[in-house]
Amino acid sequence: MKVGILYSRIRKDEKLLLSELRDRGHDVEKIDVRKQRFGLDSTTAAVDDLDIVVDRCLSTSRSLYATRFLDSYGVPVINSPETGDVCADKARNSLALAEADVPTPATEVAFTKDAALDAIESFGYPCVLKPVTGSWGRLMAKIDSRNAAEAILEHKETLGHYEHKVFYVQEFVDKPGRDIRVLAVDGEPVAAMTRSSDHWLTNAAKGGETTPFDLDDRALELVERASDAVGGGLLGVDLMEVGVDADADPAEGGGADGYTVHEVNHTVEFKALDAATDVDVPARVVDWVETKATELAGGDTEEASV
Amino acid sequence: MTSDTDTLVAEDPITGDEIELPADVEVGEIIDSPVTGTELEVISLDPVVLEEAPELEEDWGE
Repeated sequence: MKVGILYSRIRKDEKLLLSELRDRGHDVEKIDVRKQRFGLDSTTAAVDDLDIVVDRCLSTSRSLYATRFLDSYGVPVINSPETGDVCADKARNSLALAEADVPTPATEVAFTKDAALDAIESFGYPCVLKPVTGSWGRLMAKIDSRNAAEAILEHKETLGHYEHKVFYVQEFVDKPGRDIRVLAVDGEPVAAMTRSSDHWLTNAAKGGETTPFDLDDRALELVERASDAVGGGLLGVDLMEVGVDADADPAEGGGADGYTVHEVNHTVEFKALDAATDVDVPARVVDWVETKATELAGGDTEEASV
Repeated sequence: MTSDTDTLVAEDPITGDEIELPADVEVGEIIDSPVTGTELEVISLDPVVLEEAPELEEDWGE
């Protein structure tokens, strides 16, 4: 199989993926999107004889455009540009989850400082203000008071980029000091872990402590439905436990009576999961890439081969 | 430049010092300069050329 990897920076995740692909005898074409041009019917990137292209762009904008162009040429690409479009934008992500009846935190979007302040006041304090595009917990604000809200909104209004004037306000979910990251392929979990921190942001990128997590039936169902809601693919589904008994042990599930899915990520990092669990994550990801290559070529998924 | 089978040697583009890299380093990979801690990008492998890595941008992430 000949596999293209779209990238602009080789992280540990991409190294794991490249190593697994090469170990299985696949030909790998690394495509640095910074060096390519994408026309309406062709590209400078060497994609003509690729069986599949895996989007691993670190930059969301490059990911969305590059996959869209490759898809238009008929090049099989994962994740699909449609999935990318939904996942890259927190507002679209929330809408997709809500439309699929997947529990997700209450969210409002407003376009002016005054309307955003009204949204914040209606949620009460604390609540959360997030950029619609972004990752790793950057520029996320837990707002504890009206004074803080006014200051943060004023700062966002002057940041310059129009996206900062799309105010994404969300209820604060009082999770038990951790959230859950599930890596899934077309809704089937590969591995799951909790990310714990004393800080309200528990992202692994923010230094959250990672621990393997066993998904119960409800979590399995929500992961599958969340994946379907955004169009499927190799995804990072993030859940929080709700209805937690404050006296219960978080290690035992914290007495949670359910979950809420706060987002689904489409260029998911998996090095932390690979380190935190016994699962050979890159091997499972490449299993899925092989299956998708056959599937997208119109073949029987049982016949995926090197 | 190759020092032995396990490492490669390259010039730190900021300080000019010689630094060692793992032999399995990839073009596009980011390494931390052992001299300054600066993120450096591997531009080519033959010869090994490093440049200061691009700054983090707002739309980077998952």
